[in-house]
Amino acid sequence: MLKHLTLVTGLVAATNALAETPVLNVYTYDSFVSDWGPGPAVEKAFEQVCACDLQFVSAGDGAALLARLKLEGTRSEADVVLGLDTSLIGAARASGLFAPVAVSAEYTLPVAWSDDTFVPFDWGYFAFVGNKDGVTPTSIRELAASDAKIVIQDPRSSTPGLGLLMWVKAAYGDDAPQVWADLSDNIVTVTKGWSEAYGLFLEGEADLVLSYTTSPAYHLIAEEDDSKQALPFTEGHYLQIEVAAKTASTKQPELADQFLQFMVSDAFQAIIPTTNWMYPSVTPAAGLPEGFNTLITPEKSLLVAADQADALRDVALDEWLAALAK
Amino acid sequence: MRQVAPGIAVAALIAVVVLGALCAVLWRAGGGSGLGPADYAALRFTVVQAILSSIISGLLAVPVARALARRAFFGRSILITLLGAPFILPVIVAVLGLTAVFGRAGVISTALGWVGLPPVQIYGLHGVVLAHVFFNLPLATRILLQGWQAIPAERFRLAASLGMGAGQVARVLEYPMLRSTLPGALLIVFTLCLSSFAVALSLGGGPRATTVELAIYEAFLFDFDLGRAAVLASVQMGMVAVAAVVSLAWARQEGFGAGMDRAIRRQDAQTPLLITQDIVVLLGVSLFLVLPLLMILLRGLPGIWHLPLAVWLSVKTSLTVVLFSVIIGMAASFALSMAAVRIRWLEGIALLGIATSPMVIGTGLFLMIHPFDAPSRYAMAVTVLANALMALPFALRVMVPEMREIYSNYNRLSASLGMSQGAWIKLVLWPRMRRVSGFAAGLTGALSMGDLGVVALFASPEQATLPLQVWRLMGAYRMEDAAAAALLLMVASLAIFWLFDRGGRMDADT
Repeated sequence: MLKHLTLVTGLVAATNALAETPVLNVYTYDSFVSDWGPGPAVEKAFEQVCACDLQFVSAGDGAALLARLKLEGTRSEADVVLGLDTSLIGAARASGLFAPVAVSAEYTLPVAWSDDTFVPFDWGYFAFVGNKDGVTPTSIRELAASDAKIVIQDPRSSTPGLGLLMWVKAAYGDDAPQVWADLSDNIVTVTKGWSEAYGLFLEGEADLVLSYTTSPAYHLIAEEDDSKQALPFTEGHYLQIEVAAKTASTKQPELADQFLQFMVSDAFQAIIPTTNWMYPSVTPAAGLPEGFNTLITPEKSLLVAADQADALRDVALDEWLAALAK
Repeated sequence: MRQVAPGIAVAALIAVVVLGALCAVLWRAGGGSGLGPADYAALRFTVVQAILSSIISGLLAVPVARALARRAFFGRSILITLLGAPFILPVIVAVLGLTAVFGRAGVISTALGWVGLPPVQIYGLHGVVLAHVFFNLPLATRILLQGWQAIPAERFRLAASLGMGAGQVARVLEYPMLRSTLPGALLIVFTLCLSSFAVALSLGGGPRATTVELAIYEAFLFDFDLGRAAVLASVQMGMVAVAAVVSLAWARQEGFGAGMDRAIRRQDAQTPLLITQDIVVLLGVSLFLVLPLLMILLRGLPGIWHLPLAVWLSVKTSLTVVLFSVIIGMAASFALSMAAVRIRWLEGIALLGIATSPMVIGTGLFLMIHPFDAPSRYAMAVTVLANALMALPFALRVMVPEMREIYSNYNRLSASLGMSQGAWIKLVLWPRMRRVSGFAAGLTGALSMGDLGVVALFASPEQATLPLQVWRLMGAYRMEDAAAAALLLMVASLAIFWLFDRGGRMDADT
C-alpha cells in the first residue's frame, strides 16, 4: 500500500515538475522542423541552456505563417515566429502583433542590419536550380522564352514565391506583367510551399525549381551528388534575409528574448548551413562548411528596402495574379 | 403514434445553423471588398471545369452504361459495386493515385518514355477535370444504367423480332431514354463539381486553376481577408443554389438503388464489332478506376509500418469525428425521415446541405465564432457538424422511401393494436429500418472519414484529421508517408462503410 502511495506521490510530483517547465512555442515553416531540417538540433541545443520545453509548430510556408498569426491574433499560442523574410517585414510590423527585442550580434549579412523587432537568422540568394545536364537559360527573360518546365511557389503563402515576385519586379519594373505572361507557359504548377516544389523537381516533374544558390550544397554535402546546379542569371539575384520575431502576446517574454539571442549565437548559427542550407547571419567561428566554396556568387544582388517592399508587393501580386489567372 | 416533433425540431435546428451561417456571410460580405480579376478568373474556371467534367463524364458514361446493360459476364456485379466505390473514396487518396498514374513520373509517362514520347503532366485544368471524371463517370454510369434498365425487356424482344439492328434499336429505344436521363445526370455532376475543393487544391497548379471554394480558403489562410472570403462565399452560395435547384427540377432519378443485377439479352448487339467495342469499353473503365487505387496500395504498403506518430494521432481524431457525425447524422436522419412521412417538404430541408458548400458553411461559422473565441478550438465540432450535414441528403434518400413503406404497410395495424410509441419503434420500425440505416450510417461515416474541407479552414497546426494529415505530408514532400497514410485512409473509409452496412444487415428481419 505504502509502495503504491509513494508511486502516486512520485507521479504527482513528476507531473507538477513537468507543468512547471515553461514551454516556448515557435511557429515556423515545414522544412525547418523536418527530420533533416535545423529543428531537431536547435531544439536539443536550446533546451540544454534554457530549462524549458521548446516546441516547434509548423504552420505552412513563410508567408502563410504571417496570415496564420493574423488569423489567431492576440489569442495565438505563438511566442516566437521564425521564418518571415525581408519582403514580409513591412506587413508584419503593420500587423502590430510583434514586440521589439534587444538582441545584439556581429552580423555577416551582405547588407547593414538594424531593426529593433526582427532578428535575422540566415540569408541566401534565390536562384533556379536544375540538373547539370539539363536546360541552362542565363536570364529570366531567356527562361520565359524557352520551353523549360519550372515549379514555383505561391507568393501568397511562400517566401521563395514572394522572392521571385520581387525579383522580377526589381529587375523589370513596369515590364514585369509581360515577363510573367511569358513565364506562365513554363510553369508546371504553383505550390503552397518550398518543400513541395523542391520535391516535385526531385521527382522529375519539372526541369527547374525556384530555390537558392545554396541548394546544390545540400546535394553535394549530404548526398555526395554534384549533378545539381544553380543557374546564374544576368539580371542579378534577389536577396532573402530570413528573420524571427517575438510576438506581442507572448506569455514567455524572457524566454522568447533568450531564444532570439541564442538564435544569433554560434550554437544555432553553426547548425544552419548544413540543415537549412542557407548562409548563417553570423558566420560561425569554424567558418562555412566545405562545399559552400563551390557555390555561385551572384555578380549583382537585388533587394527592395523593407519599407518599400510592402507597397511593391501588393502591386506585383496583382500583376502576378492577373498574368497567371489567364 | 406518428411522432413528428423531433423531426421538426431537427429541421428547425438545421435551418438555424445553415441560414445563420449564410446570414453571417452575407452580412460580412456587405462590408467586404469587391472582387478582383483573379476572383473572376476563379469563377470562370469553376464553371468551365464543371461544364467540361460533366460533359466528359456524361459522354463516357453512355458507352459504359450501354455495355453494362446489354452484356452478361462474370464479374458484372463486382464491376457495378466498384462503380459505387468512388463515392466513398476520400478525394485526397484519389488525387495521390491519379498522380501516380498520370503524373510526369507516373505509369503513363513511363510507358510513353519507352516509345520515345514526352511525358504527360497532370497539373492544371486537365488534371482537375481528370479527377472529376474519375469520381463522376461511375456516378453518371449508374444513373444511365438505371435508365437502360427502365426500358422494358419486351421492347428489346419486339425490336429483335422486327429484325432491328443495333443502330435502329439505339434510335428507337435508347436515344429517347438518353434524352430524358442524360441531362439530369449532367446537371448532378455539374453541381457536384462546382464545389470542388480538394481536387483544385492539389491538382490545380496555381491561379490559372483556382475554384471559388479554393479562393475562399486562400482568402482565409493566405491573406486573412475575411471580407473577401465572405464575398466569395456569397458568390459560391448563389451559384450552387441555382445549379442545385435546376438539377433537382430535372433529375427525378435515384442515384443508387436496387434492380441492376441482370442484363437483358440483346439479339441486336451480338455482332463481333459491338462485342469487341463493349469489351474495350469495360476493360478501359475498369483499368481507369482500379489502377489509381492499385498504385496507392503499391506505394503505400512499404511505409505503413513506420508511419509518424502524428498520423496515428490524426487517425484517432478522425475516428472521433466519424463517431460523432454518424451519431448526430443518424439521429437527425431518423427523426427527419419519420416526420417526412407525414410532412413531405421536411425532406427538402436536407437539400440545404447540398445547396450550400462546406466552405460557405465553414466561412459562416468562422465569422460567427471569431469575434468571441479562437475558431480552432471548435475545429472538430464544426467538422462533425459539417460532415453530418453533408451526408444528410444521401442518408435521407435511402431512409425516407423505406420509412414511407413501413408506415403504409403497418401503421393501421399497429394503431388498431393500440401500440405505444416506444413499442412501435422497437418492434416495427427499427427491425425494418436497420438495413437501410446501416447503409446510411456507412455512407455518413465514410464521407466523414474522407472529407477535407472545413477542417482545413479551422484546424490549428497541431490538429489534423487523417485527410488533412495526408495533405500536409504531401505539402512537406514526404511522399512515402503520404502514400502510406493515404492507404490507411482508404482502408479506413471502406472499412467504416463495410462495418456499418454489415452491422445493419446482420440478423436483420427484412
